[in-house]
Parts: sequence; C-alpha cells; structure tokens
Amino acid sequence: MTNPAIIIQQLAFHYPRREGICFKNFNLEIGAGERFGLFGPNGAGKTTLMNLMTGLLTYSTGSIRLLGHEINHHPKSINAIFGFVPQDFSFYPELSARENLAFYGAWYGLDRKQIKYRTDELLEVLGLSSVSDRVLQHFSGGMKRRVNLAIGVMHHPKVLFLDEPTVGVDVQSRHAIIHYLKKQNESGTTLVYTSHQLEEAAELCNKVALIDDGKIIAHDSLDGLLQKHGHEGMEELFLELTGKRFRD
Amino acid sequence: MQILKATIVKDVKILLRDRVGLFIMFFMPILLVIIITSVQNSTFELINNNKISLLVYNKDSGDRGVQLVEAIRKIGLFKMQLSDSLSPSHDITAQMYKNDALVALVIPASFSSFIQNKADDIASHALRDSDSAEVKKDKLPVLPDSLLMYYHPVMQPSFRQSIEGTLRSSVQVIQGEAIVQKLYIEANQKAIPPDLEKEILFSQLPISEIPVSRSGTRTIPNASQHNVPAWTIFAMFFIVISLGGTMVREKNRGSFIRLKTLPASYLHALLSKQIVYLMVTLLQAAVIFAIGNKIFPFIGLPALHLPKDILGLFLVTLITGYCAVSYAICVGVFANTGEQSNGFGAISILILAALGGLIVPSFAMPAHLQNILRISPLHWALESYYGLFLEGGKLRDIWMNILSLLGITLLIQLFTLYGLKRKNLI
Repeated sequence: MTNPAIIIQQLAFHYPRREGICFKNFNLEIGAGERFGLFGPNGAGKTTLMNLMTGLLTYSTGSIRLLGHEINHHPKSINAIFGFVPQDFSFYPELSARENLAFYGAWYGLDRKQIKYRTDELLEVLGLSSVSDRVLQHFSGGMKRRVNLAIGVMHHPKVLFLDEPTVGVDVQSRHAIIHYLKKQNESGTTLVYTSHQLEEAAELCNKVALIDDGKIIAHDSLDGLLQKHGHEGMEELFLELTGKRFRD
Repeated sequence: MQILKATIVKDVKILLRDRVGLFIMFFMPILLVIIITSVQNSTFELINNNKISLLVYNKDSGDRGVQLVEAIRKIGLFKMQLSDSLSPSHDITAQMYKNDALVALVIPASFSSFIQNKADDIASHALRDSDSAEVKKDKLPVLPDSLLMYYHPVMQPSFRQSIEGTLRSSVQVIQGEAIVQKLYIEANQKAIPPDLEKEILFSQLPISEIPVSRSGTRTIPNASQHNVPAWTIFAMFFIVISLGGTMVREKNRGSFIRLKTLPASYLHALLSKQIVYLMVTLLQAAVIFAIGNKIFPFIGLPALHLPKDILGLFLVTLITGYCAVSYAICVGVFANTGEQSNGFGAISILILAALGGLIVPSFAMPAHLQNILRISPLHWALESYYGLFLEGGKLRDIWMNILSLLGITLLIQLFTLYGLKRKNLI
C-alpha cells in the first residue's frame, strides 16, 4: 500500500439517545492517491463514517488520522486539506454559481486572485461558464450537482470526500463529474466515495470496501474482490456479501 | 477579515433578493406604525377635538332637566341629540345604534323636583341656627329614579369613567345653582342677581396642564411621540421572523453542513448575520422616524419631533437593534424548524411587548407584573426612547436603562453560545 491518507484505528461510535452501536473496534486504511469506494446497504454506516472522517461527528474512542492529523483534536485550519461534497446540495440557491464559489473560496482561505482564477477554471471545466451568473435555484439537477462538486474542490484538496455525488443526474452530467474526478485523482487527490451506483463505482474506484452493520465485510481492489468471489460484476458481489434482505 | 467580508456580501445579496422578507421587514412595520398612531391619534382627538355623540332623553318636564341639558351642551365635549318624544316602549339600544351614539343619558321625570327638594333641605339645614332666616320644617328629598347612562361596549372603562365624571359635574352645577338660589332667597327674601349667581357658580380655579420635560420645553406630547418610538422597537424585534427563519433554514440546509467542514469558524457566519441585520434594524428605525417626522403631517397625523440628543437616539437605537438581532439569532439557534422559529418568535415578541409596556403603559400594570416587566428588553428600550422623545432627556438621563438593555443582550448572547455548543454548531 502507498502511504496512508486516512488511518482509522479501534474506532467506536454510537449516536446519543439512539439504540445500537454504529462502529466498534473499526479499523480501515485508505492509501494516498487511491480512488476509494465505500459501499454498503442503507443504514450500513457509510454516511456516518464519512461524517466522522470529515469531523461533522465527533468520536470519543479510537482514532481517525487524516494525513497524520487526528480529526477530533486538530485546529479548524486543518480542514483546508480535505474537501467534502455532501449528498445534499450544499450551497446557497439564492446566489449564482460564481457568487457561491466566491463565498466558499473565501472560507477556504483563498485570496481574491485565487478565487477568481479557480472559479473561472472550474466553471469552464464543468461546463457552467455560460450560466455562471444565474441563481442556482433555476438550475437543473445535473447543473446543481456540478456546482456542488466545484465548491468541494475549489481549494485543491488533498483528500476529497464524495457522498453520492452523482445521484439524480443525467448521463452527460454524470460523465462530466466522473471524468473530472479522475483528472483530480491523477493530479494527486485521494478520493473517498460512497454511492449506490455500482456500475459508476466500478468505473471510478480502484479500491473498494463493503461495510454492513458497522463492520467491514470486504476490502480489496475491485478486481481482486471479483476474482476472489468469482463474480463478473459488482452487483452480484454486493448481493452475495450483504444478502437480499431489505434494509429500510 | 476576508471571510467576514465575503460572508457579509453573501448575506446582503441573499437579503436583497428576498423581496417578501424585505416587505415584512420594512413595509409592514411602517404600516403598523401608521395604523397604530392613527388609531391612538383619533383617541387623542376624540377627547380634545372630536365630539362624542350623546343621545339625551329628557323625561323631566321641569326647568332643571332643561338646565342640565344646557349645562352638558356648554361643556362642548358632546355632539348632542335630544329626544323629547320618549315613550316607555322606546328601545334605547336601537336608538343608539340608529343615531350612531356612543352614550345615551336618560334624565328621570322627578329630576327637577329632586334637585329643588334637595336644595330646600340643604338650605333649611344651613340656616337652622341663623337669626336671619325662618327655620322651616325638614322636608325629605324625594329620591328620583337615577340618571341613566347607557354606553357602547367598545368604550374602555377609563374613557367611560371620564364621560361619567363630566356628566356628574354638570349635575353638580345644576344642584349647586339650586342650592345657591334657595339660600339667597332665604337670606335676602329676593331672587339672586344673575351676575352674582354666575360669580358664585362658575368662578372655579382653573387647572392648567403642563407637560414636564428634562429639557425645560413645554411641548405637548402627541400620539406620534408616544407611538412611533414604541412600535419602532416592536418592528425591530419582529426581525425574529426573518432572521430566525433564515438561521433555521441555513442550519437545515446542506450549506451549513459544508460550512462546518471548512477551515473557518461558524462564528464568522454569526458575526456577519449580526452586522447585516443590525444595519437592517438601524435602517428600519431611520425610515420609520423619517416618515414620522416628514410624512406624518401630510397624512393628517401629528409630526414626530426628534429628540435634541441625536447621539443618544443613535445609541439607544443601536443597542436596541443589537438586542433584537441577538434575540432573533438565539431563537434561530434553538428552533429546529421554521414553524418553531416563526411561532415562538412572533408570540414571544408580543408577550415581551405587552410586558414591556408597549401595549398598556407599564405604570398601569398590576403590582406583580411591575417586577416581571424588567426582564423584557422592550421595556428598557421603551424607557430609553421615552426618556429622549417625551421627557426631552439626554444620554446621561437614560444610561441606567441602556445598561439594563445591554445586560439583557449579554445574557441572550451567552444563552445563544450555550445553544451553539449544545447543538454542536460551533
């Protein structure tokens, strides 16, 4: 394995005032430069794990180190090393794409010149230049997803967390997003990605982990897992490992 | 600093694009102030300029009933409609509604005889030990049916009592006149000269009303001086609807999730909201005061006279606005939904306004509420404004009120900080 970007050791976590344990003695390493896919059925703990890795949730037992920094104890300035693209649209729909990027750029600590340069670059790459001054509430779902992604990568993060970044978008937007993410990865950004789109995952990820009920049930390269379990596609593998029971 | 600047720019743009929000923050308070001032002004004028419609049924066939009617007319407070054609079956209520009368007075048939008998009796008692007058045998006055005053239920008790007092004083004039006439006849064996009678009855010491003020001016306070500052405070605090809702919306949106993962503190966002909405409250006050000062005279309302201590006015407005914004943010932090924020925010401001003396003057409140009202920031803001607008005071006269307002603001801020920590927002 390459140098780890993320090391999770002996992590334990449960939601206050809620029954059940989310994670207990949970361990995981994600190598720097990987395109890491985190999969599992509904309620498996994917989003919780992502929220723990990004500091949105705090843990009291165990350790999560992001490029050597303990997430729970680091100063907020360390947040500049990673980017986060949440599943929900996380921008201000009353503002335009350009205005949103300017605002978030400032919060990432970029100066005016950097914001201007990066905004133009991202709007161009993600095909939003012609609509950059229109308020986002009039955008289509695909355009909103691309803006959501642009905000997350505004500051050239070393690690990028993506929680279902392509849900509800058309083929063209999905293609643009996946293409852009691969480019980002080639330039050195580690991707940590969750999705229910297994075909897309197969296209994007070079390493996957399946989690269920707060435990890792498989962790390897995609080819390695398929070979080991004798399947040709992700979906058969997923069903074999997690079962066909509904998880609502 | 750049983060704060970018956040302020963002908040201002969102605010300016929310037309409904702007309407609620600016047009509604202006409308409220105009309506409340107009209503209160009509009450002022009802007493001072307008006449109250009064229906009089005089059942008395003697002189005293007619004299009472004349005495009431002379007061000049009433627009009187006299009905001589009263029959027992007359429905006074129907007549009042038909004539649009607020008050009706029924003078009983025995009114003259009662007044005369009472005068005879008093004169008899007064002159019993006198050598100059023959002592007559006591005559018990015949008790009449009482004077009946019917009133419209919309009349407030204080207003009703004021009318009753006016009518009572007219009756006393008639009664006094009868007594004086009787005494004079008994003493001098001739009728009292009209000039002397007038001199005795109407040479009362006048009462001059003088409004006090710290500045020494004797400007009579009008409805605008009372209402514009009070309802401006209310409007400033009503920003809870807009700001509280914005806070909840932002908290429940993905944008807030993203902000929490960014390198800067959420306190930047809070500070920006405080600055932007403080400007809004200052602008609200400036617009309302300007309308009161410049536009009110054109729409038939008395002009709002601004205090001489403009620095004091600015400071009170600034701290009141800051308190209003702090309260709105506090509500926004603790509320989980827009419904909670709007519902609690609106009703709590109404309660604080009632406690603060905006609806009923604080001096008229029951004793147990006199202490509770001190928790209302609106009370201290109102006291500060009244110190400037009504009493002509300066900053040094109201600094205790300002300190109290600041203290409450600080407590609200601390409570907000606790909420932010408790909800893992910072």
